[in-house]
Amino acid sequence: MKILKDHGDTVGILAVWILLVLLFGVLSDHFLSANTLTTLAGRIPALTVIAAGMTLVLIVGGIDLSVGSVLGLSSAVLGLLMVDWKVPLVISAPIAIVVGMLAGTVNGLFTVGLRIPSFLVTLGMLEICRGAAYLVTRSQTKYIGASVEPLASMLPGTTFPISFFLSVGVVVGLQVLLEKTILGRHIVAIGTNEHAVRLAGIDPRPAKILVFLVCGTCAGVGSLFHCARLGSADPNAGSGMELAAIAAVVIGGTSLLGGRGSVIKTFIGVLIVATLEAGLAQIGASEPLKRVVTGAVIIAAVSVDVFRRRCIGENV
Amino acid sequence: MQDDPRIEPLLRVENLSKRYASPVLREINLEIMPGEVHALMGANGAGKSTLARILCGLTIPDGGRLFRSGKSFAPQNKRDAQTAGVIMVMQELNLLSTLSVAENIFLDRLPQRAGFICQQQLTRMAVEALQRVGLSDLLPSTIVGTLGMGVRQLLEIAAALARRCQVLILDEPTAALTQREVDLLFSNIRRLQADGVGILYISHRMDEIRSIASRVSVLRDGACVAQYPTGDVNPNQFIRDMSGGESTFVLPRVKKNKFRSTVLTVEKLCVGVRIREVSFSLRSGEILGLAGLVGSGRTLTLRALFGAVRATSGSVTVGEGASGLFTHPSQAVAAGMGMVPEDRRHDALLLSQSVRVNATLSTLPIHSKRGWLNVHSERHSTNRLCDRLKIACKTPEQTVDELSGGNQQKVSLGRWLERSCEVLLCDEPTRGVDAASKASIHNLLRNVAAEGTGVLVVSSELSELFSLCDRILVMSNGRMTGEFTADNWSEEVIHAAAFKGLSTAHRESVT
Repeated sequence: MKILKDHGDTVGILAVWILLVLLFGVLSDHFLSANTLTTLAGRIPALTVIAAGMTLVLIVGGIDLSVGSVLGLSSAVLGLLMVDWKVPLVISAPIAIVVGMLAGTVNGLFTVGLRIPSFLVTLGMLEICRGAAYLVTRSQTKYIGASVEPLASMLPGTTFPISFFLSVGVVVGLQVLLEKTILGRHIVAIGTNEHAVRLAGIDPRPAKILVFLVCGTCAGVGSLFHCARLGSADPNAGSGMELAAIAAVVIGGTSLLGGRGSVIKTFIGVLIVATLEAGLAQIGASEPLKRVVTGAVIIAAVSVDVFRRRCIGENV
Repeated sequence: MQDDPRIEPLLRVENLSKRYASPVLREINLEIMPGEVHALMGANGAGKSTLARILCGLTIPDGGRLFRSGKSFAPQNKRDAQTAGVIMVMQELNLLSTLSVAENIFLDRLPQRAGFICQQQLTRMAVEALQRVGLSDLLPSTIVGTLGMGVRQLLEIAAALARRCQVLILDEPTAALTQREVDLLFSNIRRLQADGVGILYISHRMDEIRSIASRVSVLRDGACVAQYPTGDVNPNQFIRDMSGGESTFVLPRVKKNKFRSTVLTVEKLCVGVRIREVSFSLRSGEILGLAGLVGSGRTLTLRALFGAVRATSGSVTVGEGASGLFTHPSQAVAAGMGMVPEDRRHDALLLSQSVRVNATLSTLPIHSKRGWLNVHSERHSTNRLCDRLKIACKTPEQTVDELSGGNQQKVSLGRWLERSCEVLLCDEPTRGVDAASKASIHNLLRNVAAEGTGVLVVSSELSELFSLCDRILVMSNGRMTGEFTADNWSEEVIHAAAFKGLSTAHRESVT
C-alpha cells in the first residue's frame, strides 16, 4: 500500500504499458513472445539514453531540440574515425561521446550565459549538427561492420543486448543523480522556481549548464548504440528523434514547465512508444496509421496525467 | 463652492466599509464636487488604494453607499464605473508596450470596418486625445515601449479623458514624472477642473497637494480622520493627523540586548537614481527597522546589499569579511547573509515542492556528504523546524502550496535558521499573515537576534517596528532621512521623516 502511495504515478504508467502489451498480445498471435521482447530491447537503447538526458533538461525548465542531430553528428564522427581512419572502437567511441558533450555544453553556455531561450539555441544547434554530419561524411553512409557490433551483441546468458543494459544503467544513474544528490535537488528546484533558488543563495547557472552537457553526452552515447545496431554510421541517423524523446518524457509524466519528472518513468514512456511501434507493425498497420495512433496516444497520455493531477488538486 | 447645498456632488461616498482579515475601510464619507480636486492622503496601509479601487469598480465594498450625481452607484466591475464616467489612472500603468500610442488609447473600442482597424480614423481620434493632454508632438504611431515613464503616465490620462470622464482618480500620478512633466500634468488638471470634471488626487507629496487640490481628506487605519480646505493647514498638521494624537498600543521590547560587534556596514550604497548614498551599520544581536513609504527604496536597498540587484556604487561589509558589492545572492549567502523576501510565493518558495525541500534549500551542504544527500537528516531537521516554529503541516513531505500564508512565511524564514547567519534581512516578514503567526514570527526574530544575528526588518506597519526593533531607520525617495531609537521615536516623527525626501527640491536633483 505504501509503495502504491509513494510511487502511484510509476505504478499507473507501468500499468498502461502492461495493458498495451496485453492488448497487442490479444490482437496478434505472435506478439507475446520472447522474440518480441528481444527485438524491443534491441531497438530502444538509443532512444532510452536520449530521453533520459532530455528528462533532466525538461525538469530544469528547458528543452533540447538538437539531440537527434547531435546523435547524427556523433555517428558521423564515429564512422569517419572507424572507417576512413581505422581508429579502433575503444578510442573512437569516447571521441564520439565527447562530440555530443561539446554540443551540449555549447547549448548550455548560450542558454545560460546569454539568457537565450533553450528552444532557440538548440533549434540552431539542430541545424548545425545535422549540417556538420553531412559535411563529415560527405553525405554518405559509412559501413562500419563487425568492429562496432559488440555493443549490440547479447549479454552472455541473456537474450538482451549489452547496449540495453548500458542504457538502463544510464537511466538508473540519472535517476539516482536526480534523487540523491545536491545537484539533482538543485535541478528540480531551479525548474520549480529559478528566481527563488537564486534568492536562496544558490547560483543556478552551473547546474543548468551541466544539465545541457549531460543531455548532449547522452546523445553521444546514443549514437554508439545506434551505430552498433545497424553496423553503419548514417548522417541521417536520429532525425526526428528529439520529438520521439520528448514524447516519451512527457508520456512519463514529466512537466514541460519544469520542476517535476522522473527518469524511470521516462524509461517506461520509451517502452510505451516502442511497444506501440512494434505492436502496430505486427498487426499490419501501415506507417502513416502508426504515426496517427502514436500521436493520439501522446495526447491521451498527457490529458490523463493532467486530469489526474487536477483531481488531486495539484497545480499543473 | 462645496458648501453650496444646491450643487449635487459628482460623487458621494457614504459610510463606505470594507474588511479583509481586519477592517481596511471604516465608514468613509467623502464628496467630490464638479471642478474640484480632492486630495487623499495617508500613510502606508491607511486604505487609500482600497477606496480608489472601490470607486472604479475593482473591489466590491462590504457596506456603505455610493452616489454618482445623486443617483445610486454600485459598480460591479471596471466597465460599470467607466460607463458612469468614473475612471482611474493606476499607479502601475496598464499600457501594452508593444502596441502604438493610438492603439493603447482606444484599445477596447478600436474604430473598425468589417473587422479591420480603420487606421485613419484611429489616428485622427488619437491626435485629438493627445492634444487634450498637451502631447501634440507625439506621433500616434509611436510604440509605447519606446516612451519614458512620464509620457506613459500622461498617455494613460489621455486614455482616461478620451472616454466620457466625469470623475478622474489619479493614484500617485507624479511618482515617475520630472518637474516639467508635473507642470504639464497640473495644467491639464486645471483645464479639466474648468470643464467641471471632479478629480480625486491620491498623493504623498504635500507641496503638490497644496498647489493643486482645494480640499484634502486624511485617512488613518481605514478611517477618514480629517477633512479640510488645503489652504488652512500646514505640513505638520498633516503628519499629526496621519499619525494619530499619540501612538497607541506600542509594546516596548522587554529585554534590551547587549550589542556586540558590528556585523553589517553599508557605505554610500547607490542604485542608479533610485537609491542614493545609503549608509548604515547593524550590530550583532540588534533588530534594526527600516521604515518609509511604499516605493521609498526600502526593498531595493535590501536587494542591492544582498546582491539580487546590481548596485551602482558603494560598499557592503559583512562581519570580518572584505568590503565590496555582492553581484550574486550566492556571494551574500556565503558571506553570512540571509534574506526573507517580501513576495514569498514568487521569490522564496518552491510552491509545488515539499516543506522539507523548501526548508533545506539553503542548507543542503549540511545534509549531505560529498554531494550525496541524506534525506533522513533533512527530515529530522525539518521536523525540528516545524516544532520550533509551530509550522502546521501534516508531514515534512506536504507541499508548501497547501499551507496557510503564515505557515508558508515560517518556512521561508526557517530556511535561514540552521545556517546561523550573521545578518538576516526580512522584507515585510508578516505581510498577509494571521495574528498568531505574526506573534510567533516576531518571537522568532527576537530569538534569532538574541543568538547574535543582526536582523534588518523592512515593514510598512509602524506598530510592528516599534514592538520589534531596537532602532529604526527611515527612508524617503531613495535616501536615508532619519534614525530613531525607542527614546525618541513616535509615529509622528517617523512620518515626518518618511515625507521629507518628497519635496520639490529633491525632485530637481533627480531630473
